[in-house]
Amino acid sequence: MAPRTPWSPVEAEARQAYGRLVAALAYRSGDLAGAEDALSDALVAALERWPVEGVPTNPQAWLLTVARRRSIDGSRRRARANAAQAELSRMRDEAESAMNEPELFPDVRLGLMLACADPAVDPAARTPLMLQAVLGLSAERMASAFLSSPAAMTKRLVRAKARIAVSGAHFSLPGREALSERINPLLDAIYAAFTLGRDNRGDGALESEAIWLGRVVAELAPDEPEATGLLSLMLFVSSRSAADAGGGFTPLSQQDPAAWNSTLIAEAEERLRAAGRQRRPSRFQLEAAIQSVHANRRRSGRTDRSTILTLYDGLLAAAPTIGAVIARAAALAQSGNATAALADLDALEPARIAAHQPYWATRAFVLAASGEFAAAADAYMRAAGLTEHRGIRVWLLEQRAVLAS
Amino acid sequence: MQYMILNYVPAAKADGASAPGSHADMHAWSAYTKAMLDAGVMRGGNALEPGVTATTVRLRDGRRDVHDGPYADSKDELGGYYIIEVPDLDAALQWAARNPAAAYGAVEVRPIMVM
Repeated sequence: MAPRTPWSPVEAEARQAYGRLVAALAYRSGDLAGAEDALSDALVAALERWPVEGVPTNPQAWLLTVARRRSIDGSRRRARANAAQAELSRMRDEAESAMNEPELFPDVRLGLMLACADPAVDPAARTPLMLQAVLGLSAERMASAFLSSPAAMTKRLVRAKARIAVSGAHFSLPGREALSERINPLLDAIYAAFTLGRDNRGDGALESEAIWLGRVVAELAPDEPEATGLLSLMLFVSSRSAADAGGGFTPLSQQDPAAWNSTLIAEAEERLRAAGRQRRPSRFQLEAAIQSVHANRRRSGRTDRSTILTLYDGLLAAAPTIGAVIARAAALAQSGNATAALADLDALEPARIAAHQPYWATRAFVLAASGEFAAAADAYMRAAGLTEHRGIRVWLLEQRAVLAS
Repeated sequence: MQYMILNYVPAAKADGASAPGSHADMHAWSAYTKAMLDAGVMRGGNALEPGVTATTVRLRDGRRDVHDGPYADSKDELGGYYIIEVPDLDAALQWAARNPAAAYGAVEVRPIMVM
């Protein structure tokens, strides 16, 4: 890590306010790329001015005003360069007074995020687009996280922004009913970022970014129980990060609950209760509820398998994803019904599971529980070849070695 | 599309002692190869003897120039390769990330030229 420089207020401000400012700038035009450029210019101006003039009382308003001016006319920007100091001081004063009137600076990040997850946008581009628009992550950084070439990721993002600019109507903040219809792709995009951060163990930063986005959405859409449910789910999963830290892997059933983060669990429980009060259970609330049952092992010392199975039945009805089918099969086998678990796994389409690591790890577990040890060892080997995480690979190969001996 | 996946692993020492990681985890390589075969994407591949066994030939202005060792002296060396057939580069990169060498060396993905 580089030592903190005297300019660190700019970095801190950028981290806190980036998405809010991009959203505010692009709100009317729908021009996401232009908004990002204008904000970069404003951040450069801040790097020049703040160390000299001091950090303005309201840095976000300062950045917003500067960025708005710069997005108006790029040529005027150059002409202004010499007269910058006086003008920037004036703008800062203006911005500060603007900040005292909140309606001039509404928080429209939710509109920005909904636009990024709009059905018009390529599904593969939604999550990276949102991470870039709201958090300012670079295309290079996301290419690594999403296992894409940086050139392809850059192109994908440019195309997606052009698409948003064309369908500018999508950018506005929807009313309550329209929000219910549009929020699911947004929640999916946030959850995709979260699972990516979890799978990519070295990239814990992405996991925290996703939780941060989850908090923003839960706060901005309090009437959407699924938004709160997603936040609860992410907090539950995150509470166990320490249990298999250090590059190793410990399956949930063998983790020591004392290693779980009780603060995160308490918040997750509270969020789940808050979501539940709206009496509209769906995918993320059910997934959070399953995690809540697991978390309860801290208190009861046991896992209530039948409740977990009931919740999985509800989850499959609400969102029959391949991940839910596989997780339910594992829960079935843990409840002693390996035969039914194997039948469910067999029913999945071969093309979808050919390179799906969780499928082969679960299949191996279910086969071993059925007494089919040779087939189980074979499936563990295949699962080991499909993971990129060294700790999981070692663990899978150990399971295989035990079966083969 | 066919892609070549090149496994770059830490170079073996001149005395023949293998560098850590290069041959220690044969099970990881077997698992990776099995996963590719079972998924039906593998079209070929080989493991190579260490770079110290290589001999490099150049012709410069018609003059023969023969060296012991790999063509480039570097920390990592080509340890083997796979040929896979997948729909696109993204799918090829997924397989590259699973390659055991990704964790301690480097994995290069190159499209195979269509002639």
